[in-house]
Amino acid sequence: MSAAENYSLILMLLTALAAGLVGSFALMKRMSLAGDVVSHIALPGLGLALLFHINPLIGAAAALFLGTILIWHLQEGGTLTTDVAIGVIFTAALAIGTLVTPSEDLIEALFGGFQSLNLMWFLLGVVAVAAIVWFTFRFRYQLILSLFSPELAAVSGVNVSRLNLYFLLAFSLTVLLGLRFLGALLVGALIIVPAAIGRQLTHTLTKFLFTSSVASALSVGVGFFISRLYPHITIGKATVNLAPGPTIISVATLFFLFSLLRKKT
Amino acid sequence: MNLLTVKNLFVRIEQKVIIEDLGFALAPRERLSVLGPNGAGKTVLLKALLKLVSYSGEIIWDPNVRIGYVPQKIDADIHLPLTFKDLFLAKCRTLKVSSKEIDEISASVGLTEELIETPVGHVSGGQFQRGLIGFALIGKPNVLLLDEPTASIDEPGEENIYELIHRLQDEFGLASIMVSHDLSFVFRYATSVLCLNRRGLCLGTPREVLAPDMLEKLYGEPYSYYQHDHLSPT
Repeated sequence: MSAAENYSLILMLLTALAAGLVGSFALMKRMSLAGDVVSHIALPGLGLALLFHINPLIGAAAALFLGTILIWHLQEGGTLTTDVAIGVIFTAALAIGTLVTPSEDLIEALFGGFQSLNLMWFLLGVVAVAAIVWFTFRFRYQLILSLFSPELAAVSGVNVSRLNLYFLLAFSLTVLLGLRFLGALLVGALIIVPAAIGRQLTHTLTKFLFTSSVASALSVGVGFFISRLYPHITIGKATVNLAPGPTIISVATLFFLFSLLRKKT
Repeated sequence: MNLLTVKNLFVRIEQKVIIEDLGFALAPRERLSVLGPNGAGKTVLLKALLKLVSYSGEIIWDPNVRIGYVPQKIDADIHLPLTFKDLFLAKCRTLKVSSKEIDEISASVGLTEELIETPVGHVSGGQFQRGLIGFALIGKPNVLLLDEPTASIDEPGEENIYELIHRLQDEFGLASIMVSHDLSFVFRYATSVLCLNRRGLCLGTPREVLAPDMLEKLYGEPYSYYQHDHLSPT
């Protein structure tokens, strides 16, 4: 592999660790649905950027930021229609994103791919991962209180609304990092599936966070190497493409199925 | 100097008036019980005092007050991989107080080391309630707000939840505002009673205000079960 491909792989693994951490808290906050919306909202931004020949990551970042603020407002409203609104935004973003994305880029926008990375983008990615890890570490106690009871957290002096916004921003940043290799449809799975594995296997918070991150990195590592070694498999007359994104998520799902067989430790 | 002064308190939720023109005060070490039928606004009153819901009127806490809150129920996912030790520690870190008090507080609410290290979804109802009381005590509060603790979930042989609260109040010199349905507890331990049914209907010592006619006015029907001889306000 070239240096640029190495950068790309290292950033994928680091992203996986961040996704495990953020996903664990997202799972405990019961916001896996909101998480899917965040990733889908990236698609119109990605598509528009491709259409106007801007760096797609910038388009995705802008759309994600707007989406994050929108979801935060919906959460703060706390009305019963939040679910409905999320459902509408989810499908609308997918439809509009598909319309505006040039068709030759659509598959990659939806399901990801593997591109090499130059040093600058690699370093930016590392800084983003560091920011996410720093955030979860710095605010872990406040997050714990707010997911147990937002009211008790507020009474204990936590600004729950601001914390939720920070968390959503960390979440969106994770989505943005994962978008590159998993695409808008699959990146949500990297956040939720490894966390589901961690949850299945552990009883304590530290083990949960650790297991989710390891499961996430293992899924990305194993999935990537399978897709590298066997880009195509021929079954009878049909040829199956083992693209990295779908392979990674399939591996994660397989790990999750295995985790169902194991007892909690 | 009162710990709390409430004047002309109104709480509206979605245009519905839940609390109307309420006023009362809380003195140091006072034990105020709030009585009222379902839907009278008791829980909302506590939430207004904690500034968790918006209100109009005045709620003035003494600047030195530290509040501990014991909610009626927690809406958390019971499968959370969290223990009371995690929660106690998280509160210590958030309040920036020493975590040394965790052991002492766990012992005073009757939770063993093993229990505070058990996931919250795996402890019994009574133990969970003790955990919540312990959580409220982190940070050394001088006022406790309790929303209807129920003695019915205590395990046989354990110190009753009301006895526990009473002992803690003595031990830590706490004032309290407690929503309670248990009239025998109110008579035994409360120093004052606020009858609430959207408006404040009465305020005074249990013996002054809890006459049968007052309870009838409050609950809207003849109220008689509490009249054991040794407790009745004669």
